[in-house]
Amino acid sequence: MSEKIIDEPTGVETTGHSWDGIAELNNPLPRWWLYIMYATIVFAIVYMILYPSVPLINQATPGLLGYSSRADVEGELTRVAATRAELDQQIASLSFQEIAANPTLSDYARRSGASAFKMACVQCHGSGAAGSQQYGYPNLNDDDWLWGGSIEDIFTTITHGVRSEDDADARSSLMPAFGAMGMLNRNQISDVAHYVLSLSGSDEAGDAEAEARGAEVYTAQCAVCHGVNGEGNQSVGAPRLSDPIWLYGGTYEDIVRQVSNPHMGVMPAWSVRFDDATRKELAIFVHSLGGGQ
Amino acid sequence: MGQIVLIPLLGIASLLAVVGAAFARDTQFATHMWLVAALTAIAAVVYSRRLSWDPSGALVERKPDLGSYVDGPIRAGVIATVVWGIAGFTVGVLIAFQLAFPHLNIEPWFNFGRLRPLHTSAVIFAFGGSILIASAMHVVQRTCHARMFGGDALGWFVFWGYQLFIVLAATGYLMGVTQSKEYAEPEWYVDLWLTIVWVAFLVMFLGTLAKRKEPHIYVANWFYLAFIVTIAMLHIVNNAAVPVSIFGSKSYVLFSGVQDALTQWWYGHNAVGFFLTAGFLAMMYYYIPKRAERPVYSYRLSIVHFWSLIFLYIWAGPHHLHYTALPDWAQTLGMVFSVMLWMPSWGGMINGIMTLSGAWDKLRTDPVLRMMVLAVAFYGMSTFEGPMLSIKQVNSLSHYTDWTIGHVHSGALGWNGMITFGVVYYLAPVLWNRTQLYSMRLVNWHFWLGTLGIVLYAASMWVSGITQGLMWREYSQEGYLVYSFAETVAALHPYYIIRGLGGVLYLAGGILFAINIVQTIRGRVAGQPAARPAVLAPAE
Repeated sequence: MSEKIIDEPTGVETTGHSWDGIAELNNPLPRWWLYIMYATIVFAIVYMILYPSVPLINQATPGLLGYSSRADVEGELTRVAATRAELDQQIASLSFQEIAANPTLSDYARRSGASAFKMACVQCHGSGAAGSQQYGYPNLNDDDWLWGGSIEDIFTTITHGVRSEDDADARSSLMPAFGAMGMLNRNQISDVAHYVLSLSGSDEAGDAEAEARGAEVYTAQCAVCHGVNGEGNQSVGAPRLSDPIWLYGGTYEDIVRQVSNPHMGVMPAWSVRFDDATRKELAIFVHSLGGGQ
Repeated sequence: MGQIVLIPLLGIASLLAVVGAAFARDTQFATHMWLVAALTAIAAVVYSRRLSWDPSGALVERKPDLGSYVDGPIRAGVIATVVWGIAGFTVGVLIAFQLAFPHLNIEPWFNFGRLRPLHTSAVIFAFGGSILIASAMHVVQRTCHARMFGGDALGWFVFWGYQLFIVLAATGYLMGVTQSKEYAEPEWYVDLWLTIVWVAFLVMFLGTLAKRKEPHIYVANWFYLAFIVTIAMLHIVNNAAVPVSIFGSKSYVLFSGVQDALTQWWYGHNAVGFFLTAGFLAMMYYYIPKRAERPVYSYRLSIVHFWSLIFLYIWAGPHHLHYTALPDWAQTLGMVFSVMLWMPSWGGMINGIMTLSGAWDKLRTDPVLRMMVLAVAFYGMSTFEGPMLSIKQVNSLSHYTDWTIGHVHSGALGWNGMITFGVVYYLAPVLWNRTQLYSMRLVNWHFWLGTLGIVLYAASMWVSGITQGLMWREYSQEGYLVYSFAETVAALHPYYIIRGLGGVLYLAGGILFAINIVQTIRGRVAGQPAARPAVLAPAE
């Protein structure tokens, strides 16, 4: 080797090679760097001794702490379930009146129901349970109910769902597509839309002639489900038309669209996913939102 | 010599693509085949115009590149880097605002689901990949003192082949072609094409190393070689799939369930480790000493951190699958290997920053060098944050949250982006034989816009990620969830807007960068009248 080449500014020897003008200094490894690296290696070894780490033929070394993430989760779930078990059992066995009479139980039911609601219901009904007119998800805060607003009715709806294919007892009804099936012509639909708007007290344009013609169509075609005065019928889920609350929008165009080719909402049957107690808790929570009857 | 073969080869490729289009089982595959047919046909015509008959009747190139180094594909690579950078940042800004304002999703081509892989691939593989290939070609020739193996032809094949891969991948995403593997979304036929190009790249690189006139291989080349070899291995294993039809775009991956997940994250993590770390460290090891005109700080450190880095990185992937169906032992190993990776990563940072010993004053006067050093600082920060996030207890809070996104971007924007800008600022005058960059003031502006953009991005994502993680794990005493998912989304809205603004700043810096490079290539200098530079001559 040739003589040592010393780098001027730092006074450190170079390795003697140079690539395209780049030389390399022969500095040692920084001590702190080396010691921290050793420390991480020691940490790694200790951690591997404590936790499952080395795969063997049938299973991995279990580690001195006997940790398993699956057992960890199961333990946590069991502990939680144990704290709730007694209350849930009581809720499952008692009637709604009996639960309501017991403040501890009904408070608990509302909290538990609220939690289930956050998991399963907010996707459609919204985190404030205000629903969505754009997509026809009912608002659960008001006192306008499609299938009944008593706590038992709400429980039945939650349990069996609405037009759910998973449950033979699902709440179900069908509004004819008056336009698409040719049962009413365009003028009749327009007239009846005017009349429906007047029923809700929101026909501001107020085309009296159209309303009068629409009233006849309404009596012949609509009254059987929606009621003579538009009061609706909860046994078939026919919405009340005599209030300004709308499921699929309350403009003239919305009503024409809904009469011509109606949307009909679907809700899952929650008996598939939730046990009796949870569904009861959900019903109690929804009932408590403000509009329960 | 080989020129005469190339045109019929391109013609045959074009014809085969037309056949593929004719028998295609889905419109996406047909579109891709028509695209390939058109591009190969255009290439054949363009190339034929570069040929002529010399007096002896042989077919030769009109303007052969006879420089001591092959620089044409490197210049093209630099331009591609700038173009893809702007494209990738723009899509990034768009999808950032899509997350804040969902109405910006335009079905079906421009919704988040399709634009997100377009963004990640554009910045990683198009922007990052173009500069990695271009700089590898530049560095290996200079430090080996040898002309590129395979010459002009191989260099151009690697460049255009890689660009074709990018175009096929990007158009595929927009049409909905994906195999749903993160950072490995392109379907089987695009993967096969990339394999061919990548092997050509490897052959070019190894061949040049073999031809070297230097007794030793420079450290940057170790990193480039590790990057090329490992990416080849990762790409082939993770993309092993069975096509439904050889005329269709859909395929099914070979692995299933947790095996697939582990393979995917073995790939995904090492795409970070070998593409975005080893490859970019290679760039650092040449361009920082070159720009600072200082020797590398420690040869010994470069050896130890190189070998420890490439040995440890490859095992760290399982930390992406903490608390999943992955067996506990694999999670443990993924975590401890990540923790041990901390110092090997920092070895690169030390060597990069300490190379400035004796030249610290240059940070004040040279914004390009400052950019490179900032990049190394961000590298150090990200490679500390990474091992920290891999610790299971930390991960249980951070996983699936925006913290991860912030972490990735402090690495991508800070380290990969900034070092790339620095390298391109260095390369443009060198490759186009200009005495200086168009404007140092613009570089300074770029530096500050970019830095501020990263700060907004990373800080908003830290806050957002930790908020998100805490809200998700908030349980009442009875074990009930306190927040619904929609409530957590609503809480993050302001941070998503801040993140988008950070992206806008970074993109603005990128636009200044593009202007600066274009003007430099045109031979302009800010504040001076446009003087025609002397004849275009190959660099150095």
